[in-house]
Amino acid sequence: MSLQEIIFIVLSIVSIVTALGVIISKNPVNSVLSLIVLFFSITCHYIMLNAQFLAIVNFIVYMGAIMVLFLFVIMLLNLNAELEPQKRNWLKYAGAISGGALLLVITGVLRSASMASLDMENASEIGLIQNLGHTLFSQYVVPFEISSILFLTAMVGAVVLGKKD
Amino acid sequence: MPVQYYIFLSIALFCIGVMGVLIRRNAIVIFMCIELMLNAVNLLLVAFSKMWVDAGRIDAAAAQLFVFFIMVVAAAEVTVGLAVIVMMYRNAHSVDINILNRLKN
Repeated sequence: MSLQEIIFIVLSIVSIVTALGVIISKNPVNSVLSLIVLFFSITCHYIMLNAQFLAIVNFIVYMGAIMVLFLFVIMLLNLNAELEPQKRNWLKYAGAISGGALLLVITGVLRSASMASLDMENASEIGLIQNLGHTLFSQYVVPFEISSILFLTAMVGAVVLGKKD
Repeated sequence: MPVQYYIFLSIALFCIGVMGVLIRRNAIVIFMCIELMLNAVNLLLVAFSKMWVDAGRIDAAAAQLFVFFIMVVAAAEVTVGLAVIVMMYRNAHSVDINILNRLKN
């Protein structure tokens, strides 16, 4: 087993355990902390896949901005484990069983698919900021500008929603 | 390393996200599960991009830019969604999604 596979397996175990921690833990703060560890492991996956730009963006946007926003809202709302709303038990089992059935079905479908294998030994240059920026600002400049309008709309929408009426 | 490893990891993360949306009632945790599903798909796109690069295609950067745009949309969605949750808490003093039943009438 090569070094890359060992790293992949360790990172995958961390990802799946923390993902289960997000949905199992009673306290929402623990969920957010598990989600931060999950995002960190996904960032490590991106670095393994030679997507350096996306790793940095994931680190800054998800682990910096979005998680701070979640933690801030949880602090603002003063949520804790006692106030946590609980579903009825049979509904929980039904949800877990249907999610597991989805997992089984997709896994069963894709189990026999034949795909190319990833060459982890040679690093590709495609994920560097220079290449991605060149593509972004030549081919994808219109979606880029539209996303700025989307951000403006989201910002105005959040302010309007949060205003005391 | 076969690309199947990444496919199965993404499927597992996505299904855990689906399970979380189904079994939790806290609106904030449901939001976090949606983020989890988006990240599973992002990971899959990056793995396919790497596969495309190894196959000798030079246009594999598009997959990584898709991931970038997914992150942009997710950030905007989180902003508005958390504002909605704060408004919901202000009006109902709870983040239980069953409270939203009262939207029926």
